[in-house]
Amino acid sequence: MYRYDEFDAQLVEERVEQFRGQVARRLSGELSEDEFKPLRLMNGLYLQLHAYMLRVAIPYGTFSSKQMRRMADIARGYDKGYGHFTTRQNIQYNWPALEDVPDILADLAEVEMHAIQTSGNCIRNTTADQYAGAAADEIEDPRIYCEIIRQWSTLHPEFSFLPRKFKIAVTGAARDRAAVKVHDIGLFIRRNDAGEVGFEVIVGGGQGRTPMIGKTIREFLPKADLLSYLEAVLRVYNEYGRRDNMYKARIKILVHEIGAEEFGRRVEEEWAFIRDGALDLPAEEIERIEAYFAPPPYEDLSGQGSSPWVETVRLMEPEFDRWMRVNVAAHKRPGYAIVNLSLKPVGGVPGDISADQMDAVADLADEYSFGEIRATHEQNLVFAHVRQSDLPDLWRKLDGLGLATSNIGLVSDIIACPGLDYCSLANARSIPIAQRISERFAELERQHDIGELRLKISGCINACGHHHIGHIGILGVDRKGVENYQISLGGSADENAEVGKIVGPAFDADGVVDAVETIVNTYLGLRDEGEIFIDTYRRVGAEPFKEALYATA
Amino acid sequence: MTLQVVTANDLSTGLVVYLAADDGWTERLAESRVAATETESAALLERAKAPEVRWSVIDPYLIDVAEEDGQLKPVRYRERIRALGPSIRLDLGKQAQKEL
Repeated sequence: MYRYDEFDAQLVEERVEQFRGQVARRLSGELSEDEFKPLRLMNGLYLQLHAYMLRVAIPYGTFSSKQMRRMADIARGYDKGYGHFTTRQNIQYNWPALEDVPDILADLAEVEMHAIQTSGNCIRNTTADQYAGAAADEIEDPRIYCEIIRQWSTLHPEFSFLPRKFKIAVTGAARDRAAVKVHDIGLFIRRNDAGEVGFEVIVGGGQGRTPMIGKTIREFLPKADLLSYLEAVLRVYNEYGRRDNMYKARIKILVHEIGAEEFGRRVEEEWAFIRDGALDLPAEEIERIEAYFAPPPYEDLSGQGSSPWVETVRLMEPEFDRWMRVNVAAHKRPGYAIVNLSLKPVGGVPGDISADQMDAVADLADEYSFGEIRATHEQNLVFAHVRQSDLPDLWRKLDGLGLATSNIGLVSDIIACPGLDYCSLANARSIPIAQRISERFAELERQHDIGELRLKISGCINACGHHHIGHIGILGVDRKGVENYQISLGGSADENAEVGKIVGPAFDADGVVDAVETIVNTYLGLRDEGEIFIDTYRRVGAEPFKEALYATA
Repeated sequence: MTLQVVTANDLSTGLVVYLAADDGWTERLAESRVAATETESAALLERAKAPEVRWSVIDPYLIDVAEEDGQLKPVRYRERIRALGPSIRLDLGKQAQKEL
């Protein structure tokens, strides 16, 4: 893992003390709310429906057991005993008091964490594939480049007041688990014909009220040019992005309006001025950062084949076998596996985790995965490096903690934004709908039979719950004072990303759960051998689903 | 006219508060000062925005309330959730205190 150098440490400590002074001046009345609001937002502090909310950055979703224990301490000491993992691999606390926030930030700084740039019109936390450094299908570890981007973008003076917020995601694998095509900039690590490793650069993706799939503006960018090229993209956006209308201020609107080709041309033109200069990434610097992400001290387990112990337990314990099928992924190292910890128990709140669970997860990470944990954009956790022979023991312990629901990628592994239960922007509640769908499909055998199905729920058009890119997407709307839910079908967040299409009129809170079941049953009746939901939808289109949903209406 | 009260968030804690009869802010909707006419509502909001009243809260605004079973309740569900707490965690927010 990356460790702060003296510059990182000094910057974060000074920022804490700066904010401590700002909070004191606000509480004394010296600063008005209008003056203070942009300052608190730059430190990740929002005001939501019930209280303040602090969003803490987890760079590229990787953190240590020590950091997890500190997150638990904060949840227990300053909040209400729990935290919430978000779709940007961060964690949020829903109840901090303003006067406590400087102390929380000081506690976070002690474990090399902060909340800088988790809000505001700046470059936000760069996200990555949660299997980075472990995935069997990976070209290179994307976190090396995420860290380089983090260092470049942190308090970047030119990009602290962009037209709107700016999100970057990086993946090093062929299978896109980081939804890079719906980010302002998405980077795929690619190998060119000469065998060199670089990046495919995608710009202008995003969700919100105008969902767009990003467009490739450069098929291959050499590693050394990463920062100068990103700087050129940001400069073009900063210059031409709209500031007169916040709903049209994201880069996706600019790329859409002038076209990807013209946008790319302007970037190349800008890049010509700044490339081969101070932002060049020397190979030694890449190697220096790469050293922080060196593989953990694996045991040599090659030549041992699959663990007979694991195979025996799979035969004896159907629940373990089910968990193995969907919660465990292939590791690049023989004898190891990637383990997903589900934060989606039946009827639970997606992404929520108690302080006691955090401490227990930290202990298990130390015991089974070199003390390292990942947060996923799908609001789950990952142990990236687990010995296969340890899987039965780990499963039992996770099961005891309520973290072994075998539903990763299935219908109850729902992304849901906080919605109107917490969020001041929301129009409708998201979490209760997620809970009721999860209860409706509680039978795991049925979920496994249904197969991969990505269901995502947002409580407003800002789409924090990624509803546009759900196989089934649900958007909460306010219809004359009543919560209603609009369903879209056919969205996808992976390398074949697509925006879903609204299937028809919205449903009320009871009706939407029935509607999801109708959609699933329709798919089950139509699917061909080996198909998952999205395959069937793409083959048959929306019509059979519309008919099933509305024919009798 | 619908009854109205002024709500805001407390500066220090961020918690939901209502303007009370004594120009102070209360966490209990039951203790809030109620306006029954447009003139009263305008006066209530003006009072809430006076510097000596407003300093301890953020963004005061009027909400519609109704009296049900002898209790004041917000009309819009957004405000009901603010008044009670998250609907998915009945152990949190004002609803956990049993006295609204």
